[in-house]
Amino acid sequence: MNVTIIYAIVLLAALGLVLALILYVVAQKFKVEEDPRIDLVSDALPGANCGACGKAGCRAMAEAIVKDASLTGCPVCNEENIAKIAEILGRVAEKSEPRVAVVRCQGGTCNTTPLVKYEGYQSCAYATSVFPGEGGCPFGCLGLGDCTKACTFDAIHVNPQTGLPEVDPDKCTACGACAKACPRGVIEVRKKREKTGRVVVACVNKQKGAAAVKVCKVSCIGCGKCAQTCPKQAITVENNLAYINDDLCVSCQLCVRACPRNAITVLPKEKLRPAPAPKPAAAPEAPAAPAQA
Amino acid sequence: MKTFSIGGVHPHDQKLNTEAPAKVLPLPKQVCVMVSQHLGAPSQPIVAKGDKVKVGTVLTQNDAFLSAVVHSPVSGTVNKIADIPDASNYPKPAIFIDVEGDEWEESIDRSPEIKREITLDGPAIIQRVKEMGIVGMGGACFPTHVKLMPPKDAKAEFLLLNGVECEPYLTCDNRLMLDHAEEIMIGATALMKALNVSQTIIGIEANKPAAIKHMTEVAAGFAGIKVQPLKMKYPQGAEKQLIKALTGRAVPSGKLPINVGCVVDNVATCYAVYQAVQKNMPLVQRMVTVTGPEVPEPTNFWARFGTPVSEFIAAVGGLPENTGKVISGGPMMGKALCSDEASSVKGMSGILILPEKQAHRREVYPCIRCGKCVEACPMGLEPYLIASSAAVKDFGLTEKARVMDCIECGCCQFTCPSNRPLLDCLKIGKATVGKIIRARNAK
Repeated sequence: MNVTIIYAIVLLAALGLVLALILYVVAQKFKVEEDPRIDLVSDALPGANCGACGKAGCRAMAEAIVKDASLTGCPVCNEENIAKIAEILGRVAEKSEPRVAVVRCQGGTCNTTPLVKYEGYQSCAYATSVFPGEGGCPFGCLGLGDCTKACTFDAIHVNPQTGLPEVDPDKCTACGACAKACPRGVIEVRKKREKTGRVVVACVNKQKGAAAVKVCKVSCIGCGKCAQTCPKQAITVENNLAYINDDLCVSCQLCVRACPRNAITVLPKEKLRPAPAPKPAAAPEAPAAPAQA
Repeated sequence: MKTFSIGGVHPHDQKLNTEAPAKVLPLPKQVCVMVSQHLGAPSQPIVAKGDKVKVGTVLTQNDAFLSAVVHSPVSGTVNKIADIPDASNYPKPAIFIDVEGDEWEESIDRSPEIKREITLDGPAIIQRVKEMGIVGMGGACFPTHVKLMPPKDAKAEFLLLNGVECEPYLTCDNRLMLDHAEEIMIGATALMKALNVSQTIIGIEANKPAAIKHMTEVAAGFAGIKVQPLKMKYPQGAEKQLIKALTGRAVPSGKLPINVGCVVDNVATCYAVYQAVQKNMPLVQRMVTVTGPEVPEPTNFWARFGTPVSEFIAAVGGLPENTGKVISGGPMMGKALCSDEASSVKGMSGILILPEKQAHRREVYPCIRCGKCVEACPMGLEPYLIASSAAVKDFGLTEKARVMDCIECGCCQFTCPSNRPLLDCLKIGKATVGKIIRARNAK
């Protein structure tokens, strides 16, 4: 009995030793030289494998960064991540402005009148091929949540009260997956502007004024008042729709007050500053812009 | 009796009030003629606001090969060119014409006599079909002249006429076959001449015994035309299924009917060809079934294109009180309309008014892997697999599962005991895979 146990132990120990030796020799012989920094950088990346950088995953991005890619190649990285990676690689961290996804539609169920009811497959990608939307706007948000499904960070959800998706700016990493998933291009990734708020034309309707008014209470009619008001010429009106160039915008919020349709908003809403009390102060500023142009 | 071999379902045929004679819908005050009413390159309007038009005046044109002209269905003045929702419910450009009288272009022969002798030769027939804006009237609106010009390496052997009308509720083709059998035969003869084929088979489902009897009698007087009664099964009116049922030939994946020597046309198209070739009459009107379980008197109307859907509904006494849905087309493949502003187009064969209790989808349950959709699919696909792969965006698998062969007949969704939105997912898959393939081929 005892002998059997001893035999077994000795046999297994010997077997283990021999196999370990083989493994060691093989590992030495076929060793893959890899930059140890790849592992470190990989750990410093967010690790969501969201694919926003266009690479196969975070590890592929890490390899690219170590090789010679831009430190800001990962749109999800925050400043902390970037600083860490810069430290590992001994490079200087470039400053990048934080960005966030913005929903450019205020229609939903609150500002449009539902004309029909949709019961089909709950997917914006399908619904857009069947009908313009319950309120009739052929450009606006359908509210069926393809963006929510696309988000890896749980940062965008359809508010059942308004029927519109809302972005949680704290969770949003600006990876752009929602913008890609939206079949109507309602979502755009813009500068975060935490101090001043994001000024956005919250409408993507390209219909002519009368048609746009018919479908939504807060649609852009392309009247151009905002473009006239803008002191920085950041606003262009094309196809009956205003668009604010994010790089030129200084968040002065003049256009927000100029818009007769309330189609231009500030996000988050609390950042909307009240109109300056002395009116004449703002008035000479406005005509100054066209005079320059 | 013949039918196609795989798949298919048996919805209740619901052919209501089939004995009733067709009526002519009175001309509306204004028509909205959709600028593009066909598959292929969109047409452009060639009239402007204020222009006077007669019935048959060309309104829109495009010189592309795969395109079709649109003629004015009424006489009057062009009021404006503006967007109205089409059958897809999206705003699309339409020409609004205020109706004044009913004056036709002089070149059109409006006499009631049937003109039997075909004087035009093959190419002239094709040219005439093109000029008269004829498209497939079964619903797909494929320009007919393109079908009549097969590629050089393919030879047509059969002309197949589709008098199947397998969609429940619709009765317009049945009515047309009863009222205008001889014209259809002459139209078929003209098509045979254009295609240089000697055999025509007309497929009619067994639920239309009167049409089968009448068409068989009339066909006896025409050389090469035969009527073939078919066992009832949906979707027998689909091109590939009809070819299988009538000739026993199977169209290979990714190929066209002409590759197996067949050209398929609807009986309504055939009637339009007769009008075009023999009477020089452009396609300006069609028979439209207005029906529904609660509609007091379902009727077939001869209506000019551009007539608003509201006019049709008014003609059958308005919407029944408990209406839940109005569909353009039949219940299987038709599209629910968002508004009655939409106007009739070349491909609109019916307006179906469904009561509230039949208008809704049922609750969706998980797939139980019963395989009923696989059994029902007339193309031999696996709808559950295609649908689920498209839903999770695994479009590589969707393509491998042959989504591009899907004919969107809806048998899978109809038969699913869990009420799963299979067809919706298949359509996403087909659209996306189509885009992927086009992008790949463009490289």
